[in-house]
Amino acid sequence: MGRLTRDRLTAILMLLPSLVALGIFVYGFIGQTAYVSLTNWGRDAAQALALRPELTFVGFENYTRLFTGFLETRFRQDLVNLFFFTVFFLVGTLGLGLLLAILLDQNVKGEGFFRTVFLFPFALSFVVTGTVWRWMLQARGGVNLLPTYVGLPAGEFEWLTTRAQVWRFDWNQIPAMTALLVAAVLLLLAWRAWASARRIRAATMVVLGALLAAWSFTGGQSVALLPFPETRGFNLALIGIVLAAVWQMSGYTMALYLASLRGIPEELREAARVDGAGEYQIYRFVVFPLLGPITLSAMIILGHISLKIFDLIFAMTGPDLSTTSVPAVLMYLRAFRGNQFADGAAIAMVLLVLVATIIIPYLLISLRGEVRR
Amino acid sequence: MRRFLAILLAATLTLAVANEIEIFSWWAGDEGPALEALIEVFEARYPGVTVDNATVTGGAGVVARAVLRTRMLGGDPPDSFQVHAGDSIIQTWVVAGRMEDLTFLFEEEGWFDVFPQDLIELISTADGVWSVPVNIHRSNVMWYVPANLEGWGIEAPETWDAFLEMCPAIQAEGVTPLALGEAWTQLHLWESVALGMLGPDRYTQLFTGELPFNDPAAVAVWERFGEVLDCTNADAAGLSWQQATDMVVDGEAAFNIMGDWAAGYMATTLELEPGVGFGWAASPDTAGSFMLLSDSFGLPVGAPDRDNAINWLRVAGSLEGQDAFNPLKGSISARLDSDMSLYNAYLQSAASDFASDRQVGSLAHGAVGSDPFRDNFYLALDIFLDTGNAQAAANAAFAVAQQYGIGR
Repeated sequence: MGRLTRDRLTAILMLLPSLVALGIFVYGFIGQTAYVSLTNWGRDAAQALALRPELTFVGFENYTRLFTGFLETRFRQDLVNLFFFTVFFLVGTLGLGLLLAILLDQNVKGEGFFRTVFLFPFALSFVVTGTVWRWMLQARGGVNLLPTYVGLPAGEFEWLTTRAQVWRFDWNQIPAMTALLVAAVLLLLAWRAWASARRIRAATMVVLGALLAAWSFTGGQSVALLPFPETRGFNLALIGIVLAAVWQMSGYTMALYLASLRGIPEELREAARVDGAGEYQIYRFVVFPLLGPITLSAMIILGHISLKIFDLIFAMTGPDLSTTSVPAVLMYLRAFRGNQFADGAAIAMVLLVLVATIIIPYLLISLRGEVRR
Repeated sequence: MRRFLAILLAATLTLAVANEIEIFSWWAGDEGPALEALIEVFEARYPGVTVDNATVTGGAGVVARAVLRTRMLGGDPPDSFQVHAGDSIIQTWVVAGRMEDLTFLFEEEGWFDVFPQDLIELISTADGVWSVPVNIHRSNVMWYVPANLEGWGIEAPETWDAFLEMCPAIQAEGVTPLALGEAWTQLHLWESVALGMLGPDRYTQLFTGELPFNDPAAVAVWERFGEVLDCTNADAAGLSWQQATDMVVDGEAAFNIMGDWAAGYMATTLELEPGVGFGWAASPDTAGSFMLLSDSFGLPVGAPDRDNAINWLRVAGSLEGQDAFNPLKGSISARLDSDMSLYNAYLQSAASDFASDRQVGSLAHGAVGSDPFRDNFYLALDIFLDTGNAQAAANAAFAVAQQYGIGR
């Protein structure tokens, strides 16, 4: 510890107000939400909106009910919706952003113009995007009428209102499926370890992966999360929501990728050309590996936007269309329309944990990077 | 600088002698002028009181109700706030001890004699009367365009049986028999079907717990609801109620069941003449019943300007106030003595039904059923839309009623 110099004192005093504000308004309220989620606030109508509600501690009852209760099917479908939304949103935004960035990087004429056009949707709020796309995706107008302009029959797809569901699975299969997924990742890592000649590591991963896979086909089958079978799946109505979200955010990833592409020294490409690499090989072996860090950052940023998505869905399909709903919408309805504050808080905590699993490893990695520098 | 000080001084003075009232509602846009007319009556009667018209727009009150909840929990109630009369206020605010009993006001103003008995029961518990209804909307109305019906050779059905019988013929014309909109309008249709199938007494018993939601009679409601849904448009979930009404007006659909704000929309916005441009009937099997919803104002405990708030309620319940408000809002007065010459043809017919019919409360609009119950009842609707299984939907509704409480 250094002495408390005048400089140090000023620094502490300067930081203190924001630290106190952060402590109270961020971490304090997270703590309060966590506490509320462990109470029965809302169960008893006489206490729900009393001036000083008397709360009873009930432990993890709210969480148990959300994940296993007969009446909480909407919460579980919302989680599934959120998963599929996040996957397609990430893939779509990163893919389209990268494509646009590569195209713009070919020294096209009017690059500034196109860059601005592609970036504009990012300047809109999700509410505006949602309202506009809601109109465009009306079953009897908008996008569905496009084919008629070239003499084709109008589209029939009910973008936002279809109740069709594909890739259906039993909610009870989730542990087994998760195990299988992890096993697949382990095998992939094993293959890469093998390729870089780390035999022991590769062998360990193969063994672990095989064990997990074996469990998922044996013990995993008998794990039942619910006392009853419950079919969940990918709601096709989400496609419209994904479309709007990708439209809004892909300009942003394009900007990220474009900056990153411009940061790749021309010498590297030239060197590759000298080595006899074609245009495809240059991208495959030189450019894409260098885009890795920015892809990770973009995934983190988009991922947490996606997990918190609320306004887009509220504007596009309203609060009560369960086929496109996500936990954030349910949280709002439960707490502020249904007076079930403890349930709302529990859903909020589930979301916090989901976001934290994305953000915290990222923060750790980037902090470590800074120290090293 | 001097001017700044003067302004500051003036501001302090106004604060010091502030004689204010804050009225909290979600009436903006189309409904704004009606509220302003009511406020004008108040200002004329109580000059010198500054009215703070605190509206929170958006989402048919969903947003306003969220703001109200945070304010009430924070101990900062407005002087008076808009709330749906019935279980929506009683099961949320009254049971939590946040409202003042208004029996004294009803006695002073003689309101027990001018408001109909069924309505007073809806806004009362054993412990008191809890809000002053300013308007009445009817939920169980079926809308159509007379000229179109003539063209298709049909008449407005009086029973669901008759409707289901004519349904295939209408579909054969390439017309949707019944236009439907997003989720809450589906709940709205459900309550009309339920009232038709059960009749006013047993419909009301659903929300007192005397008739369980899994009773065979309630299961039959879902079955009938499913048959009716087969006669609706497939893209319902994406349409607002106005778009569903538009389908009828444009001749794409034969009928629409919607509250009578649809009359205001067709008469004012679309400029159709009531009775000519559009026609109406009680929704099938519900003639003689008036399913009502009502906006009302109450007096929260701890209102900062209690005296002004009481005076505001006096105006809200007065003949003058209601007859200024309702013709603009497109609703009828909750009083039985209002001046019918101020109202259009539809509203006159509604008022005469209101005076003579049995009155029951609407589930979709907060008159019966607690807020948590309604919020979770959508689950039963969802299960039905996904599976078409009436028994499963009825079981879910029963479980929701068990877990969240229905009402009184």
